[in-house]
Amino acid sequence: MPKTYAEINEKIKAGKAVVVTAEEMIDIVEEEGTTKAAERVDVVTTGTFGPMCSSGAMLNTGHPTPRMKYSRVWLNEVPAYCGLAAVDIFIGVTELPENDPRNRNHPGLFSYGGGHVIQELVAGKDVRMAAEAYGTDCYPRRELETLINIADLNQAYLLNPRNAYQNYGVAVNLSRDRDIYTYMGVVQADLGSASFCSAGQLSPLLNDPYYRTIGIGTRIFLGGGTGYVYFQGTQHNPTQARSENGVPMGGAGTIAVVGDMKQMRPEYVVGVSFYGYGVSLAVGLGIPIPILNEEIARYTAVKDEDIVAPILDYSRAYPYNEGGPLGHVSYAELKSGQIEVNGRKVPTTPLSSYVKARAIAEELKQWIQAGEFLVSEPAELLPSADSGLGFKPLKERPFNNGGVI
Amino acid sequence: MATRRIVMHFPPQLIDEPIISGLVRTFDLEFNILRASITPQQEGVMVIVLEGTEADLVAALRNAQEKGVRVEPLEKEVVCNEDKCTECGACVTICPTQALAIDLETRHVTFDADKCIACELCVPVCPPRAMEISF
Repeated sequence: MPKTYAEINEKIKAGKAVVVTAEEMIDIVEEEGTTKAAERVDVVTTGTFGPMCSSGAMLNTGHPTPRMKYSRVWLNEVPAYCGLAAVDIFIGVTELPENDPRNRNHPGLFSYGGGHVIQELVAGKDVRMAAEAYGTDCYPRRELETLINIADLNQAYLLNPRNAYQNYGVAVNLSRDRDIYTYMGVVQADLGSASFCSAGQLSPLLNDPYYRTIGIGTRIFLGGGTGYVYFQGTQHNPTQARSENGVPMGGAGTIAVVGDMKQMRPEYVVGVSFYGYGVSLAVGLGIPIPILNEEIARYTAVKDEDIVAPILDYSRAYPYNEGGPLGHVSYAELKSGQIEVNGRKVPTTPLSSYVKARAIAEELKQWIQAGEFLVSEPAELLPSADSGLGFKPLKERPFNNGGVI
Repeated sequence: MATRRIVMHFPPQLIDEPIISGLVRTFDLEFNILRASITPQQEGVMVIVLEGTEADLVAALRNAQEKGVRVEPLEKEVVCNEDKCTECGACVTICPTQALAIDLETRHVTFDADKCIACELCVPVCPPRAMEISF
């Protein structure tokens, strides 16, 4: 018997909903079968914690006296975007201080950036803000230097255009003797290591591969507080090749999410540094999946063995768009600590914390069991495999002789 | 049995002498060389763990010093700041001694300080920069 969102929410409010994590659902479906599991279980919780570079914070500071229209803003020396209304600011997580040496002395350390500013704000620390303006009749102030604190901001919310990638490539390095410094961490030369970044069987979109329940308006766990899916994420690619179980065999769906930073906790919003690459923010995100029917129950029982990721050479094929994957490997193999590539044994290293992913799924489960968190029916579902939507490369159309002088 | 983690500095004139094998034989010690570097005409440096009875260790180190080897305890250590560590595991393949590892059952990232040779490779590789050098 299919269930509705309203029926599940009634059970949640009455404290009678059966809520399990995506890990627990694997065993339940194995023991009881899909039909019984779909009847008995109301919600499956998922979780993921990893670097999500397309993230940032929207802040409104309120006006100083006299009033001011920011034209340039720095938070702890990290530039923020302010081409918006007077005192609205957007700070992106990969932004660096202007004086950071970057990769001038390769590999650069990238100790601090936008992601770290956001973590400090969430932790309740004071942040140094400097602003410049050209001055107008309505906004005369031209310069400002002040400490700001999240408690005093009118709004502070994460506004992340691309989070929770549904699956991702595994980075290896085929070059003979050159370690490479990437957003997948240091990938060691001559198949010295393989980096992967997904919670696999706990990951939100891998448990709802065709986006049957996740869509615009879905209430989620974001950074330790409540958030929402507001749109398909950038690069959302539902037409990626899929395994027989419907799970994409590489990077596919993404979601754009928003959430109040004032509810968040710094252990789930962590500024991170990638040696020789740059800075980012590790975000904790969890999505409850209402078990509306048997099909959804089956999807949420997906196991690491049944999710495969493509192995990509980040020394050449990936950066230069040359050639396809070296093969596919399951998350069970990746999590065993070693995979085989071109007949060689390669040690694996994750960038996504499974420990935190598990804690998020568990906490979300407790919120729902306590009746504090309801599941929401999306206003609109995300484009799925039948949408024809893909991920296109940039078609370069040079003008002015392609910039060549 | 006692254990000492020490740094030995060999002046250039001692580099071709079998100091370690002499100590090990004379004082009945177990040894594990963690790091060693020798440059021609310069000092040689060795980070070594010695294990033996307390009396033998004291005698062995005194003997080395008498021969001209400068001996210091290994004071620099790498520590994991657990408040910062997110247990992602980005450090495990760079660590040459498997001091950093992932528990395959619990997925917790573990740091075994006894296996650490303070090479510091994990320090810049850790995304939240939780691996810190302490003196």
